[in-house]
Amino acid sequence: MTTTQAAPAIVPNFGDEATKGRKLAIICSKGNLDMAYPGLILANAALGEGVETHLFFTFWGFDIITKSRMGELKFTMLGNTATHMPQGLGGLPGMTAMATHQMRKQIHNVGVPDVPEFLAQIVDSGGHLWACKLSADMMELDEGDLYDDVEGIISAADFIDKTDGAQIIFI
Amino acid sequence: MTVTTIGEAHVHIDAEGFLTNYDEWNADIARGLAAAIGIELTDAHWKVLKFLREDYAEQGETATLRRVSTRAGIPVKELFALFPGKPAKKMAYIAGLPKPVGCV
Repeated sequence: MTTTQAAPAIVPNFGDEATKGRKLAIICSKGNLDMAYPGLILANAALGEGVETHLFFTFWGFDIITKSRMGELKFTMLGNTATHMPQGLGGLPGMTAMATHQMRKQIHNVGVPDVPEFLAQIVDSGGHLWACKLSADMMELDEGDLYDDVEGIISAADFIDKTDGAQIIFI
Repeated sequence: MTVTTIGEAHVHIDAEGFLTNYDEWNADIARGLAAAIGIELTDAHWKVLKFLREDYAEQGETATLRRVSTRAGIPVKELFALFPGKPAKKMAYIAGLPKPVGCV
């Protein structure tokens, strides 16, 4: 017996076994700057917790993985009451550019990367990126137009198949 | 606050087992903590731990994976290989620091 009362060692339960079977599917359907980030942040968080993560980019969300647009996503005050600014202001010329610039600055200030770099981090963390076939057909885009690490252009049915048993988040 | 023994040393820990006192940590304790979660420390691990310790002393909070990759120049992929599963939490645990609170 020692004189110090020491408790038995407590080892954190990192839940490696529990998360091994866990899967997350995130459907990104919006292409606004402010609506691109929730999916990317959640994917990044899930990967950091050891969760298998798949992102499906569809409709406007296609902009997030389209090379020519991914670095140019915009934020508009129009239709967004959460800015608490008069809605008429949002329609003035140059206002979307200004709001976008401001939001980019705020995102940068909290250490969050821009969209292409964020996708790279997600892929490096083991995340899977998928493009929606219908959106590709509609917008007349193919693999060459998309971010290099997109694993494929697949149908909605294929995505549902790939994410069997996953929890799904629709954004 | 609970006191536990890692190797020969007595250290303060929280309810989950993370060290709560920055100054109670040393290399032997790190090896003990790493062994407890099945990790054998190599030079590559030490580089991460050294950065985490120094960064915490400056910033007052534990670096996230992104911060380690951008500031210490250690790719995210490598962090996942060194500390499999939940790298951010595991490396904080071995470095004797609180879990990171940052989202990205």
